[in-house]
Amino acid sequence: MKWIDFEKPNTIDEAIKLLVDSNGLAKPLAGGTDLIVQLRVGDPRVNASQVIDVKGIPELNELSYSPESGLTIGAAVELYKIYNDDNVKKYYPAIIDSASLIGGTQIQGRASLGGNLCNAAPSGDGIPNLIAHGAIVTLAGPNGTRKAKVEDICIGPRKTSIDSDELLLSINLPINPSGFGASYLRFIPRNEMDIAVAAAGVSVTIESGKFTNARISLASVAPTPIFVKEAGDSLVGKAVSPEAIQEAAILAKNAASPISDMRGTAEYRKHLCEVLTQRALDIAINRAQEN
Amino acid sequence: MAERKTHVQTTINNEPIDFLCEPRQSLLECLRDVIGLTGTKEGCNDGNCGACTVNMDGRVVTSCLVLGVEAEGASIETIEGVADGSNLHPLQVSFLENAALQCGICTPGFIISAKALLEQNSDPSEHEIRFWLANNLCRCTGYDKIVRAVQDAAKKMQTA
Repeated sequence: MKWIDFEKPNTIDEAIKLLVDSNGLAKPLAGGTDLIVQLRVGDPRVNASQVIDVKGIPELNELSYSPESGLTIGAAVELYKIYNDDNVKKYYPAIIDSASLIGGTQIQGRASLGGNLCNAAPSGDGIPNLIAHGAIVTLAGPNGTRKAKVEDICIGPRKTSIDSDELLLSINLPINPSGFGASYLRFIPRNEMDIAVAAAGVSVTIESGKFTNARISLASVAPTPIFVKEAGDSLVGKAVSPEAIQEAAILAKNAASPISDMRGTAEYRKHLCEVLTQRALDIAINRAQEN
Repeated sequence: MAERKTHVQTTINNEPIDFLCEPRQSLLECLRDVIGLTGTKEGCNDGNCGACTVNMDGRVVTSCLVLGVEAEGASIETIEGVADGSNLHPLQVSFLENAALQCGICTPGFIISAKALLEQNSDPSEHEIRFWLANNLCRCTGYDKIVRAVQDAAKKMQTA
């Protein structure tokens, strides 16, 4: 690994100053489970001469829920804290679907959903679920803070709309209405510890047997995790039925633009998009009906 | 900025340790090459194999994916701290008795991971053991013997 400098600021302002002063050559470090590997192998997409450990900043370690503002997940909160959290279990069980299958025990002790989002892998397991929940991120920069939708963050493989002098502070999941259910499913050829061949994160809101809202997102089938707005929208106003679910699943499949690689062919991945969307919707609908 | 080493103060196996390292050095490199604790093994060096697993502040982590400088103020447990003097930990005894190792490179990582599991779940199911240990790879045993050794250790520790 080439030389890097290490800083561990205790405040957002200090971190932003370091980012600004580095002229784009600093990378925030949370769990490091992607970043340290990228630095070690000299990944050309990660050109850094400084890492800024952000785990000392209180706001990035916040994990809180309130009936007014929903769930706030600090950008550095480790996955194990997220899936063991009582409020997550009670109000956002679908987040456990994704947070508990990224890596194994050791990775989950370090990795964060914030880091998963900033890493912007096409297969980022944490991301579709956040999109399905309509999550909003808060970013800090030299000119203050701004908010953005999760679906607007990833703009290419390992590329985000976050400026090099901006820091992801937290991810906010809104309060879910009654009749809300969500789920995340990925397909891998083994039981754990693998990168998705394809994946679907979905949410639905059901009132009196009809969909009033639905959001569908896919991963591993495009340069970034994608929000397939038209697939979710196709459900709205319809009664819950296998036909409506299949129609949405086909729209999701049509939105996928996968590549063929050693994990699967493009054709297979498109097929998986339909199957996974259908099955994820079934689970989300069951959860919604229990809500 | 001048390239200089960083002074790190940490606790390893309940002993305060000071060391100097470059910020780019992993905790694994610091343990093995700087501090001389070579019980922790390097396998893949990218977080997949779990051979370098240590316990850091109560959580198992792959030490190849932790920077040495991140150990500042932390409490770390390595395989060297598992036995009590010459008395092996029940997990170490069970691994020997159940032949849960062949080449031994993965064993320190498995012991550290399994110990953390048994500390939070004294009676894990086979399924729980296999999922907890999914980040530890063994190319010799086929895992069955390792799972049996952990179950055996759990029993020993319950009756101890």
